[in-house]
Amino acid sequence: MTKFQRLARLAAVSAASLALGLTAVSAADPIKIGSVLAVTGPASFLGDPEDKTLKMYVDKINEEGGVLGRPLELIVYDSGGDANKARTFATRLIEDDEVVAIVGGATTGTTMAMVPLVEDAEIPFISLGGAVVIIDPVKEWVFKTPHTDRMACQKIFEDMKANGYTKIGMISGTGGFGKSMRQQCLDVIGDYGIEVVADETYGPSDADMTPQLTKIKNADGVQAVVNPGFGQGPAIVTRNYRQLGIEVPLYQSHGVASKSFIELAGDSANGVRLPAAALLVADKLPDNDPQKAVVVDYKTMYEDQTGEDVSTFGGHAYDGLMILVEAIKKAGSDDPAAIRDAIEATTGFVGTGGEVNMSADDHLGLDVSAFKMLEIQDGDWTIVGGN
Amino acid sequence: MAEFLQFAFSGLTVGAVYALVAIGFTLIYNASDVVNFAQGEFVMIGGMATVFIMAAGVPMPLAAGGAIVIAVAVGLLLHRLAIEPARGADAVTLIIITIGASIFLRSAASIVFDKQFHTLPPFTGETPIVIGGAAILPQSLWVLGGGVVIVTILWAFLTHTILGKAILATAANRLAAKLVGINTSYVVGLSFAVSAAIGAIAGILVSPVTLTRYDVGTLLALKGFAAAMVGGMGSPIGAIVGGLLIGLLEAFGAGYISSDYKDAIAFLVILAVLFFMPTGLFGRASVERV
Repeated sequence: MTKFQRLARLAAVSAASLALGLTAVSAADPIKIGSVLAVTGPASFLGDPEDKTLKMYVDKINEEGGVLGRPLELIVYDSGGDANKARTFATRLIEDDEVVAIVGGATTGTTMAMVPLVEDAEIPFISLGGAVVIIDPVKEWVFKTPHTDRMACQKIFEDMKANGYTKIGMISGTGGFGKSMRQQCLDVIGDYGIEVVADETYGPSDADMTPQLTKIKNADGVQAVVNPGFGQGPAIVTRNYRQLGIEVPLYQSHGVASKSFIELAGDSANGVRLPAAALLVADKLPDNDPQKAVVVDYKTMYEDQTGEDVSTFGGHAYDGLMILVEAIKKAGSDDPAAIRDAIEATTGFVGTGGEVNMSADDHLGLDVSAFKMLEIQDGDWTIVGGN
Repeated sequence: MAEFLQFAFSGLTVGAVYALVAIGFTLIYNASDVVNFAQGEFVMIGGMATVFIMAAGVPMPLAAGGAIVIAVAVGLLLHRLAIEPARGADAVTLIIITIGASIFLRSAASIVFDKQFHTLPPFTGETPIVIGGAAILPQSLWVLGGGVVIVTILWAFLTHTILGKAILATAANRLAAKLVGINTSYVVGLSFAVSAAIGAIAGILVSPVTLTRYDVGTLLALKGFAAAMVGGMGSPIGAIVGGLLIGLLEAFGAGYISSDYKDAIAFLVILAVLFFMPTGLFGRASVERV
């Protein structure tokens, strides 16, 4: 018997015992939801706000009477960002804790380690990881809430096209985020009639990018520059950009959509454009924006309870949990298969990331309009036209 | 020409950062033959402590002074609690201890401070100085100047004061140094304190350019170590030359060849130098004592 067959049988047995157990439970038995998050470790800036958000909202839902008249029970394990641990904890969630659904997997790496397990055990899994590989190709039991880097590229190129730029320079970080986004941008750039005339890279912990930017500056006919990257790199690129006095517009990615980027880049950040989720500019959204109520509520609640600035990552966890809760309500039961079908049928759900319309071929359900194009002016975000 | 100058400015800026870290290595190495891999953490403490003391409302010069004091205290504790109890162990063991200490300090910093990137305001504004069509930030000049001042003081200290000569004597032969009345334990402790101070000053000088976070020490230590090796371990002048050389190689590599391979280009040249000059550019020929 192969390992997979054994695992499948084990899963079948646990599913059967779960089903047997269910017939006997009283109405007040909790609905178990599992989560594996990088609460500590290098990806804790993702996992920590996600963990706080999930706990906060599960408590709130339970205070308000739970789901289907039953309380939610949230089980969170800390993967520390380690894919091996994530796999072990996912196994524990499925086999020991017998959860009906999983929301989590803060990074793409941990998510991909958990995917084969949930597919095998047939447990719906809403991932909070960024990369497009999670849902492309579509996997029956796997969904995700964060925008993809491809959408960020599309948003940037739409804005460039609207401004009539056709020749651009690229300076990309060689870390995971920058590398992936650079590739996604190159994949879609042809659709917008834009050409990359200078393509430079920098290491994730480099301290000076003026040589690369000098080459871009001297390249023929550059009308704008885009910088896919994450961490301190984009802040240094932005400072060097002003140091060299480059006049053409600079586009950053959604990876730096946080206040700390403005603090690090200082005055140099003024004039930088970037795509970002509505959550970042909750207070500045027009009142008729469908997302206004959701993002303001989430931002207020998160900031009141934790005393920390809201981040888009916590917002992804909020979206994941709410999509799941809606699906359980719609399914009218905590049967994993029924929940899965209900998640896939999610339409018109307005979350912090945008309006979600899922289908059998789209397990993300967001389109490019989920991003707002922002420009930094006087050290603050402003929403610019074309949204 | 403007392009060449711009690459050179970039190389000097980055190279000065490496050089400052490399200088920190030389003193402890001179006193104890130990390569202190926690040197990068002193740099990190210098930057981070200044950021957090300033956040409490203290003006920058005082905050910088406080950060240096903290780094010196950490350096002395490192010597007292980790290096001193293992005295008599060979250099390799002590080096491994410093690697452990660096991991400990990094983790402690992530708890005491936080895990975000921080920056310090530049000392004299952000308006770039334009020379021959190329722009350099005033802070880069501070870093370069700071390196020159530190290395001059260090050189004078090691060769013109009794205490400095005691450090060199301890490195040359600990037993002989003891026999002529040098308190070697005190001397090694002193070298840790001074190295920590140099590291912290480096951290304060470079943070406005490179930004700082609890884990920046690792990479700085690696590049600084490479700079110290290529310049000749133990030579303050070598540390400066080695640092600037690596910085310039990276900048010209990125500018003229390919930004993808700039680190590879720099390390190829380092390997070539060490192949022909195993003790580095300014290193003393090491004599095996029998």
